[in-house]
Amino acid sequence: MSTAAPAPASTPAAAGEELLVVDGLRKEFGGLVAVDSVDFVVRRGAIASLIGPNGAGKTTFFNMITGVYKPTAGRVVFAGEDLTGKPPHAVTQRGIGRTFQNIRLFQHMTALENVLVGMHSRLHGGIIRSILRTPGLRREEARAEKRARELLALCTLAGEEDWVARNLPYGDQRRLEVARALATEPKLLLLDEPTAGMNPQESDEFRHFIGVLKRDLSLTVLLIEHDMKVVMGVSDHVTVLDFGEKIAEGSPKEVQRDPRVIEAYLGTGALAEGRR
Amino acid sequence: MRLHLNLRERARKGFWRALEAVGVERPKERWNRQPSLLRRALPPLAIGLLVLAIAWPVWATPRPSLLAALAIAYGLYLLPSRARKVALPAAAILLVVAYPFYLGELFKLPLFGPFPSMDTVVVMAIFTVMALGLNVVVGYAGLLDLGYVAFYAMGAYTAAWFASPQFAGQNPDGSYKRNVVFGAIDVPEGIGGFHINLWILFLVAGCFTALVGVIIGLPTLRLRGDYLAIVTLGFGEIMPQVARNGDRLFGTSFNLTNGPQGINPIDTPGFGHTLSDATGGFLPSSYLSCCNASFLNHQISSTELFFWTAVVLVLITVFCSWRLRDSRLGRAWIAIREDEVAAAAMGVPLMRTKTWSYATGAFFGGVAGALFAAFKGGVFPDDFFFNISVFILCMVILGGMGNIWGVIVGACVLAYLNQEGIANIGGWINDRFSTSDAQWFQVWSGGIDVPKYTFGIYGAIILIVMLFRPQGLIGSSRRKQELQQGVHDEPLYDSQAQGR
Repeated sequence: MSTAAPAPASTPAAAGEELLVVDGLRKEFGGLVAVDSVDFVVRRGAIASLIGPNGAGKTTFFNMITGVYKPTAGRVVFAGEDLTGKPPHAVTQRGIGRTFQNIRLFQHMTALENVLVGMHSRLHGGIIRSILRTPGLRREEARAEKRARELLALCTLAGEEDWVARNLPYGDQRRLEVARALATEPKLLLLDEPTAGMNPQESDEFRHFIGVLKRDLSLTVLLIEHDMKVVMGVSDHVTVLDFGEKIAEGSPKEVQRDPRVIEAYLGTGALAEGRR
Repeated sequence: MRLHLNLRERARKGFWRALEAVGVERPKERWNRQPSLLRRALPPLAIGLLVLAIAWPVWATPRPSLLAALAIAYGLYLLPSRARKVALPAAAILLVVAYPFYLGELFKLPLFGPFPSMDTVVVMAIFTVMALGLNVVVGYAGLLDLGYVAFYAMGAYTAAWFASPQFAGQNPDGSYKRNVVFGAIDVPEGIGGFHINLWILFLVAGCFTALVGVIIGLPTLRLRGDYLAIVTLGFGEIMPQVARNGDRLFGTSFNLTNGPQGINPIDTPGFGHTLSDATGGFLPSSYLSCCNASFLNHQISSTELFFWTAVVLVLITVFCSWRLRDSRLGRAWIAIREDEVAAAAMGVPLMRTKTWSYATGAFFGGVAGALFAAFKGGVFPDDFFFNISVFILCMVILGGMGNIWGVIVGACVLAYLNQEGIANIGGWINDRFSTSDAQWFQVWSGGIDVPKYTFGIYGAIILIVMLFRPQGLIGSSRRKQELQQGVHDEPLYDSQAQGR
């Protein structure tokens, strides 16, 4: 299933293969340049990772793709359509689902309701039909609930449908966020540090889970991650940001060997010592 | 608390030990089964007897109807829970609808005096509709609206414009122009202006107000929290000012609202002679000329007709609130209330969804306003000041944000207190402590005018509720948790703090 090792980004990829193309994306907060003219490509069916030290601009980058922030400059093209400056719900509608770095579930809704909210843009019940509860609407709701249960089962949350989200264990909350994002029927799934705060066993399970998503749902995944074991284990392609700039990209192995990456993570001194 | 439980447990054990000592066998615990009918019957029976014992002197002669009502209530309690789910609301609706028939039979309550009069219950019902409308905005979607009175005014004025002599221009011969007459009931000759059937107008008023809600909502709903509250407060202030000064709108000679005098008279609702005759007089032809009809030896008054109309409206509003809460839109509202950013990321269009909640709330506010205008027979700008906005908001908060039954209770309680409750309580206090022939003992002379302190009393009530029961009298469990544990309020805390 997995695609061949991606070519280096410098060579333009074949058209139709590229799902997400980010072109010169830049974000300034006042005088601070959080993301500095980053070019970026995610291929259909790949698992791409975005890594970098704290404050490198990874989440800002995510927020620009999903429409939470408007970029200062640059373009985001998804499946051939320019999404730059579109509001978040429009981006979601077009097939980009996301999770958040610190879990942002609807904490007082049940797991099932959380997933149903994720289906919002795929359902059609309007206000009049909701009040009259027409047969068509009932069928739609029944289908939606069935689908939501399936998604929860996929994310190994079967039996926890009626739990209020905040009462779920931490790992389950993380997976519920993924289930909710999957409910939006994404073509591209953005995961913002999904294993943050997990113990090694949980993050191992999660790594396996990402593989399942890719295999069973033929999803394209873009991952922000700090856990190198996860990054190197699942990614087809890794991009490294530091101080808002892209400093390296390529296969996990290439990136691991790149001196600029080592420098960014461990500091110049470490590199100098290593050479000595 | 623990000490208390211990004592209770010890007392229970001691009780059974004593019985065992005299040879009575102790029954096995059956905590996992439905308790027997006898066991379920005991506690309410005890409470009922207690109430009877206390209230006996209140109605000196025992009334069979009241005893029968008590027996029926008791019977309902004994029903299996499934049947109770249908029977309880049905009984409640029946009790409310039949209110005019047994109002005369009711006793006087201590402190509160007589049960609310027909005029009061009409106002209570109308305010219930408004509170339920505001509940969609504040309770479901979590948008604090301090200018709800604007919608109420809008609905009332819409009804007034199209069912009154307001826009009657004069013909050259001095008589008034009849602009349009469509299905209006009993409009005398010689009265000009628009006269549209009031049933149509209720709907039109609702839709028009919803439209105004959308127009107000589009610029304001981009704001969050406190900012939204301030802007809605502004709109709530603008509306009555426009109404008050609208007799020469923008300095032109166009008279939109008839200024401080207000618009009156407004036509009467009714079903017309055709419908009335077709139903054998069951539907009155006109609410004002209805009243030689009688039913169950009870002379029906026009106020009672307004009451039943308002009750039907309340039922429709409850139905809509309930259906919407459990719909795709309702889920989106709750999601927005809990976390806007996450809701947007899940594909919920924020502006559109919020605007829908505004429009829905405005719709019910508008219908209620139109009914109120018809009931009073006129609209007056002084009825639409800021205090009404706060008053309706208090109903929602007192009853329990987001909970339909709570909001109904809150609206009824506050509307009752405002209409006659506080005056009654004041009278009761003065009777006992104030005059020289004070029933208990004289504390002061001359009497205190309790209704003067109405808003102070509401303030105290809200304060007490906020301190001891922030989720309201009958709060939704979800809202209770949110209040205790908080929701994501800060916009995108994560990305700004960490991702930069």
